[in-house]
Amino acid sequence: MNLLLLILIPLVTAVGVLLAAKQQAKWIAFGGAAIQLITSFVLLAAFYAQRTAGNTTQFLFEQQYNWFPSLNISFHLGVDGISVAMILLTAFVVIAGVLVSWKVDKMTKEFFFLLILLSLGAYGFFISLDLFILFFFLEIAVIPKYLLIGIWGSGKKQYAANKLALLLMFGSALVLVGMMGTYFGSGAHTFDLPALAKLNMPVEVQKICFPLLFAGFGIFTALFPFHTWVPDGHSAAPTAGSMFLAGISMKLGGYGCLRVAMYLMPEGAKEYANIIIILATIAILYGAFATMMQQDFKYINAYSSVSHCGFVLLGLGMLTKTAITGAVMQMVSHGVMTALFFAIIGMIYERTHTRQVNEMGGLLKVTPFISTALFIVGLCSLGLPGLSGFVAEMTVFVGSWQNADAFHRIATIAACMSIVVTAVYILRAIGKVAMGPLKAGYETITDATWNERLATIILISGILAIGLAPFWLNDLVRPGAEIIMQKMSASH
Amino acid sequence: MSNALQIALIPLLPLAAFVILGLFGNKYVNRSAGIIATFLLASSAALAFYTAYQYFFEYGKVEGVYQKVTAFKYTWLQFSDQLSIDIGALIDPITAMMLVVVTFISLLVHIYSLAYLKGEKRFATYYAFLGLFTFSMLGLVLSSNIFQMYIFWELVGVSSFLLIGFYYDKPSAVAACKKAFIVTRFADLGFLIGILVLSFYAGTLDFNTLIERLTSLQSAEFKMATAASFMGISALTWGLVLVFIGGAGKSAMFPLHIWLPDAMEGPTPVSALIHAATMVVAGVFLVARLFPVFQISPIAMDVVAYTGIISALIAAVIACTQTDIKRVLAYSTMSQIGFMMFALGVSKTGGEAGLGFTASMFHLFTHAMFKALLFLGAGAVIHYVHSNEMKDMGGLRKYLPITHITFLIACLAISGIPPFAGFFSKEEILLAAYHHYPVIFYTALITSGLTAFYMFRLYFSIFWNKQTQVHSEHSAPHDSEKHGEGGLAMMLPLIVLAMASCLAGFIHFGNFVTADGKPLTTALHLLFSVAPVVLALAGIGIATWLFLRQNDSPVKYSNKLGNLYKAAHQKFYIDELYGFITQKIIFNLVGRPAAWFDKNIVDGLVNETGNGTTTLAEKIKAFQSGKVQQYAIYFLGGVMGLTVLFIYLWK
Repeated sequence: MNLLLLILIPLVTAVGVLLAAKQQAKWIAFGGAAIQLITSFVLLAAFYAQRTAGNTTQFLFEQQYNWFPSLNISFHLGVDGISVAMILLTAFVVIAGVLVSWKVDKMTKEFFFLLILLSLGAYGFFISLDLFILFFFLEIAVIPKYLLIGIWGSGKKQYAANKLALLLMFGSALVLVGMMGTYFGSGAHTFDLPALAKLNMPVEVQKICFPLLFAGFGIFTALFPFHTWVPDGHSAAPTAGSMFLAGISMKLGGYGCLRVAMYLMPEGAKEYANIIIILATIAILYGAFATMMQQDFKYINAYSSVSHCGFVLLGLGMLTKTAITGAVMQMVSHGVMTALFFAIIGMIYERTHTRQVNEMGGLLKVTPFISTALFIVGLCSLGLPGLSGFVAEMTVFVGSWQNADAFHRIATIAACMSIVVTAVYILRAIGKVAMGPLKAGYETITDATWNERLATIILISGILAIGLAPFWLNDLVRPGAEIIMQKMSASH
Repeated sequence: MSNALQIALIPLLPLAAFVILGLFGNKYVNRSAGIIATFLLASSAALAFYTAYQYFFEYGKVEGVYQKVTAFKYTWLQFSDQLSIDIGALIDPITAMMLVVVTFISLLVHIYSLAYLKGEKRFATYYAFLGLFTFSMLGLVLSSNIFQMYIFWELVGVSSFLLIGFYYDKPSAVAACKKAFIVTRFADLGFLIGILVLSFYAGTLDFNTLIERLTSLQSAEFKMATAASFMGISALTWGLVLVFIGGAGKSAMFPLHIWLPDAMEGPTPVSALIHAATMVVAGVFLVARLFPVFQISPIAMDVVAYTGIISALIAAVIACTQTDIKRVLAYSTMSQIGFMMFALGVSKTGGEAGLGFTASMFHLFTHAMFKALLFLGAGAVIHYVHSNEMKDMGGLRKYLPITHITFLIACLAISGIPPFAGFFSKEEILLAAYHHYPVIFYTALITSGLTAFYMFRLYFSIFWNKQTQVHSEHSAPHDSEKHGEGGLAMMLPLIVLAMASCLAGFIHFGNFVTADGKPLTTALHLLFSVAPVVLALAGIGIATWLFLRQNDSPVKYSNKLGNLYKAAHQKFYIDELYGFITQKIIFNLVGRPAAWFDKNIVDGLVNETGNGTTTLAEKIKAFQSGKVQQYAIYFLGGVMGLTVLFIYLWK
């Protein structure tokens, strides 16, 4: 399996979209996304084949090309189970995002071009094994979002685009400084991730660089108190933009926290773990309570994303193998789930022309398909077994509980409490939107079109694949978490 | 067919009904959906009965003791080297009994619903949900792993939610289903943390291993779990009490019962299946499953016992004052589950002392029969008068003869009149409490008197009392007589259940279901039975006097009771208390401030940073104006400043 394919396919697709006629752009984007989805499955199969054949190398399918030799920067690619899981997630979200954008009429070509470009950034990010190109791809996955929101967004789009871009840029800046610190502080003058991991970086360097890297990536994954770009950004973005933002962008952060900050600097992680736990617990509960008070459907899911992504950070901060596995599973699970949630909110908005939950009601009667999907995604969000959210959250909880002291216990119990608050806000939203008497004026709205149905089915099958048979994802992710924990315990 | 496959098919057949009807039901097979689901469930029930038969009479017993048999077990989610969620099937006497109860009642409800929901637009959806529920409930009772039980626990919760909210365009149904889900979710939080605590000390999630490790006094796990303590109470006790909170929520025990009466918004057959016979006893089942561990902790046992008896009494008092017939039945369910719960709480293991356990399971069994009967009978009544309120009923015995007779049998059974089923099981429960728990015993005695009273109040109000005006709603009296009882599909379950209510009491339950697996011979003490039966008869007598004919004494006496009556009628204001806590305190004091804080403080700071930067830029941009003259002046000023600095200050 050549990993370059994962970058080349979106690249070719993006160029193809630009060259095509306006009407064909979406078909080319769809085709590209479909091929990419298939490629991701091939990657998964190839990865399994290698592992079952007994190949226990940490990163598979490695490739390395000189890129900027004078600074020791190389184009180094490779994947472990965690990356494979994230790539699958990206492929699912992107194809669904293309499908729900079928009706975009304003600057269609540019829209799909940017969307595919974003996905290119994400794929590149997840397969990079060199900090510099990792950063390069991270920026590719950020900047187009400014345009997506600014041009195709709604509401306070200018404000939201600025806010999002600036906050994420601030995060990137922290990452950049942290990377520089690593480059020089490690004494190795290299950006190569496996090489850096082999070194034992001086503890002082770790203590300075870890918070920079973790906070920088953390901003992407809504680290409290830097989460405020999430609600405004999501609500102003076009549907596919929100899906990408919550489904993939927030995961770039979590992946970065794990792969770069924690993997390279175990001592730093231990030093700051308690702060991470405190911030994550606050995000979980506070995000959940704030969600309870929202009226705008997109704000509801945006704040709930803050709460759910808190589980990612909590799992990472708990520093046990199980909890870290849970954190990665939560990334994948939340990515698929929240993308579906935003897709459905978009579908409903297109029909009712409102996002205020109070103005809707009884939609189950006229749009059974969309409303059923809303039920499923809502139940997934509140952690119903059989759907993906449950397995991820439970893994985080069990992993967190392995720390036996009072501090970790209290944080875990506090985080567990969110399962009640989540139920409250999800049922409130579903109850208002889908149930109750049908509000006047909505009698004639129609149910999902074929492309919307296809997008929904793709994402629901993702949710079910994790929720009903979590072992495959668990097996994929756990060895990756294990290596990080081994390094953690090796460094006294 | 292998044993494992046979057992696996019991829950999988209803699941198949859910998947088939859920995906294709409304479009393709809406009208035959009921038949398909009923057929699948009948097959499942047949397998369940056969499995129970095999277990009890063929392979279950080894050297006179019923064994716990793990039919199959697959790892589903590996948390760590020790902890994993396994999906499996564990068969022991209580599981075998529950398989029978669940499939039997579910099958009858499936049949009954064929007529009851005829013409319903979402007929297939209804059956799909019933299938989902039955699957989840069967999965729950088969669980071999405590986390597996939690999974199915949540799934029965969501099926209950979906079915309560089945009439989704009714705002009261929406409110009720939300309430049911959220209240039980709150309780499940306790269950979840309890699982975390127990599994942490036991180092396993598997039921058998967990029970083994936490009950053998020598094991390292046991020592650790009892040595660790929090607020003076051992970790083991904490774990058990937390798990019990989950059970109390599902079983509608005080003070987590508030969702059950509202849950009656669902279609009546659903109330019979979920909110009377099966799901609500899940809490009792959970305690019974972990019974050996509960035994270790006297505090946990007391919590179970006193929660049970308090719930039994409070619910019985409230039931005396309600006028919605389904709500009366709901409170009666809560009261009867209280009986089962305290019976477990007062029980020990082995011999006569283990009577409570057997009695509790026995009562669970008989209660499922007569309570399902009561609900299905109530369904027939509601079907006929199109109302849940007692005031719209009366004198219905002429129009609903079969319903009338079966309902009467059920009332006699629940009141504990011999030889009906409830008598035997309740007698055993009272006997179990008699020796060591006098407070519980006397309270239970009073409660069973109250039970007879409110059940016959219900019975007389529906079938005797005033002549109802109801048949004027239908075009002609003879027409309503025909339409009356809803045909064979509705009557057959009533008759079958009535027979079960008459006969179930004669089963020697002690031979099959005991705490330690060894048979227990129970003898009925005639003298002991005198007090409860006399009290029950007294209750019936008072109810006859007050409600047989329409008169004004009920109003008179309720007025005399004054505030007590009012408080009971208002369900002791517990709903209002919860409303106050959630609406006023949590929403206003936590939710609102969190949202405000986020909008104004956190986001405010972000915006201020942005604004500050802009303002600063505005202020200093003049320096970069591009005008050479200005630069020259700055330059000059700078040079002069430096000159002054060098000449006068730098020395």
